[in-house]
Amino acid sequence: MPDGGLPVIAHFEVRHRNYLAPDGSINRPLPPFASDAGLLTALYRAMMLLRNFDRKAVALQRTGRLGTYAVSLGQEAVSVSVASAMREEDVLLPSYRDNGALIWRGVKLEEILLFWGGDERGNHFSGPVQDFPFCVPVGSQAPHAAGVAYAFKLRKQPRVAVCMFGDGATSKGDVYEAMNFAGVHKMPVVFVATNNQWAISVPLRLQTGCETLAQKAIAAGFIGEQVDGSDVVAMRAAAEDAIAAAREGQGPRFIEAVTYRLGDHTTSDDALRYRSADEVQARWKEEPITRLRSYLVGQKMWSKAEEEQLAAECHERVEAAVERYLAAEPRRPETMFDHLYAELPEVYAAQRRELAGEGDA
Amino acid sequence: MPEMTLVEAVNLALARAMEDDPDVVVLGEDVGINGGVFRATVGLQARFGPERVLDTPLAELLISGLCVGMAAQRLKPVGEIQFMGFLYPCIDQLVNHASRIRNRTQGRLTCPMVLRTPHGAGIRAPEHHSESTEAMLAHIPGLRVVIPSSPDRAYGLLLAAIRDPDPVVFLEPTRIYRAAKGEVEDNGEALPLDVAFVLREGRDVTLISWGAMLKETMAAADALAADGIAAEVIDLATLKPYDEATVLGSVAKTGRCVIVHEATRTGGFGAEIAALIAERALTSLLAPVARVTGYDTVIPMARLEQHMMPSVGRIVTAARKACQFS
Repeated sequence: MPDGGLPVIAHFEVRHRNYLAPDGSINRPLPPFASDAGLLTALYRAMMLLRNFDRKAVALQRTGRLGTYAVSLGQEAVSVSVASAMREEDVLLPSYRDNGALIWRGVKLEEILLFWGGDERGNHFSGPVQDFPFCVPVGSQAPHAAGVAYAFKLRKQPRVAVCMFGDGATSKGDVYEAMNFAGVHKMPVVFVATNNQWAISVPLRLQTGCETLAQKAIAAGFIGEQVDGSDVVAMRAAAEDAIAAAREGQGPRFIEAVTYRLGDHTTSDDALRYRSADEVQARWKEEPITRLRSYLVGQKMWSKAEEEQLAAECHERVEAAVERYLAAEPRRPETMFDHLYAELPEVYAAQRRELAGEGDA
Repeated sequence: MPEMTLVEAVNLALARAMEDDPDVVVLGEDVGINGGVFRATVGLQARFGPERVLDTPLAELLISGLCVGMAAQRLKPVGEIQFMGFLYPCIDQLVNHASRIRNRTQGRLTCPMVLRTPHGAGIRAPEHHSESTEAMLAHIPGLRVVIPSSPDRAYGLLLAAIRDPDPVVFLEPTRIYRAAKGEVEDNGEALPLDVAFVLREGRDVTLISWGAMLKETMAAADALAADGIAAEVIDLATLKPYDEATVLGSVAKTGRCVIVHEATRTGGFGAEIAALIAERALTSLLAPVARVTGYDTVIPMARLEQHMMPSVGRIVTAARKACQFS
């Protein structure tokens, strides 16, 4: 390109983080936490639970006992690892595919089922009370995260807001506006984009002209890092670093978790309409659970007996949750008014009475 | 009591709210050192600091979304959108988040935020600066929509909006920001939300309006009085939820109703009031309910805008016609 000898006034770089290869071998020395077998197996257990839960949720949907559901198949490492790096007092702002993060933070499986089963009580969950519910309008939770982080900063609390969204959300102004603001004020917020290659049927190459999503942070004035999102060790390390930096007042970070959605977008979607079975099959070789298991088994941190026991545990836990979900008392219709306002205005109280059959309105 | 303009009363309420409650945060474009384009926030940053009076980037969606996040942390954010025509990027946040986060989470998270914006035409402003789309906002469940029509009500209602545990959109009538003057006591007392104010009692016809248009409506009531027609004038003040009882009570008394708003007619808030009266007070009616509104067109730029807005003459004509019916 003819540049007329113009000086370069800025350089930017984007790094990529990976430790575990698809076969479970190590690409570079692991971060210190990886010597903690308890933590690694906990991450493994959480991913396995999520996969089992997803399978059951889809079965429930197919048999008419659950509404539309979004599976995490293939990208379990992302939400589980990010949540594992958070403290209880941090605030999570998840997208609708971040079940793994909610479960890690203490939300009960039956509460998640209740949400996808069409009941708002699922959002009155057992996780940290200030965590946000799943955000359905894509990326619109990013400004909330900036607002939450602003409250932390104003009150001088050492807390971090962690905002999760997908690759499609990075095309929205919401996300850029939030990141821009976070950059201006060095907010304690971490943005995690789960780049699973597909925003329903739109592939990444039609989503952005950027080489990476991580570089979007550059425009907002902070560090964006690309991470192998199917490598739970890399994801955990990146999340830990980013959250620590945010907590220490170094400002926001952006993590692009490069992974792959092996499943359909939701139970209402048929991904075979827009991508080939061959493509998906090839990606199965990279998926995060087998990868970590290979590493753990190779390190003698995990055994066949433990695997069998875990399978039984997951089955039992999921089945028990399903039972509780199916046994949930139905809400009376008029309760749809109960949390509309702090105090229900009389004009709507009349509608509530009408719905309750009290024949007033 | 000192006499002041409506915009000065807004400023006074903001200062009082910030003084009383350290959780109140004012944010928006140019609200800091510049004191807002209408000077509604003048002096606040010097007094309360740049962290509580925050100049945001030029991003309206962000302002409303930040408010949701702050409010979920139990701050009391008061966001400013410079003109109602720039409010539309906030609609997603208002509809999908602010107004329903309490309901979605069954009360686990709440949204005690206020979004202030100037409302209405008549200041010879550029395009997109003269909007009055309050009906769109009043359609949103879980939201409150409030519009004052005098300095004392601006002060009292804004304090109420800030103290309210739910999200409030506070529409400030631009045309009377400085034209409306009145005594305001800085006593920290809020006025009730969801309640209409009867500005003038009368037995012959009910005139209902809100915001700046009450200026013409009151003038019309004066003109009608000269003809021997006693008009009752209601300032609706809160459009969502609105005071149905006061409306119905007044129509039961007068049997006639003229609704006045500068917003376009179709689907305007006047239609809601007319429907209420048709459903609940039909037998009281001595004449059809009339609407005097803006026309169903884009709000014209400065040279024609006064022809779109209801005039005293149009209101008087409609009220006379109602009184002469049957």
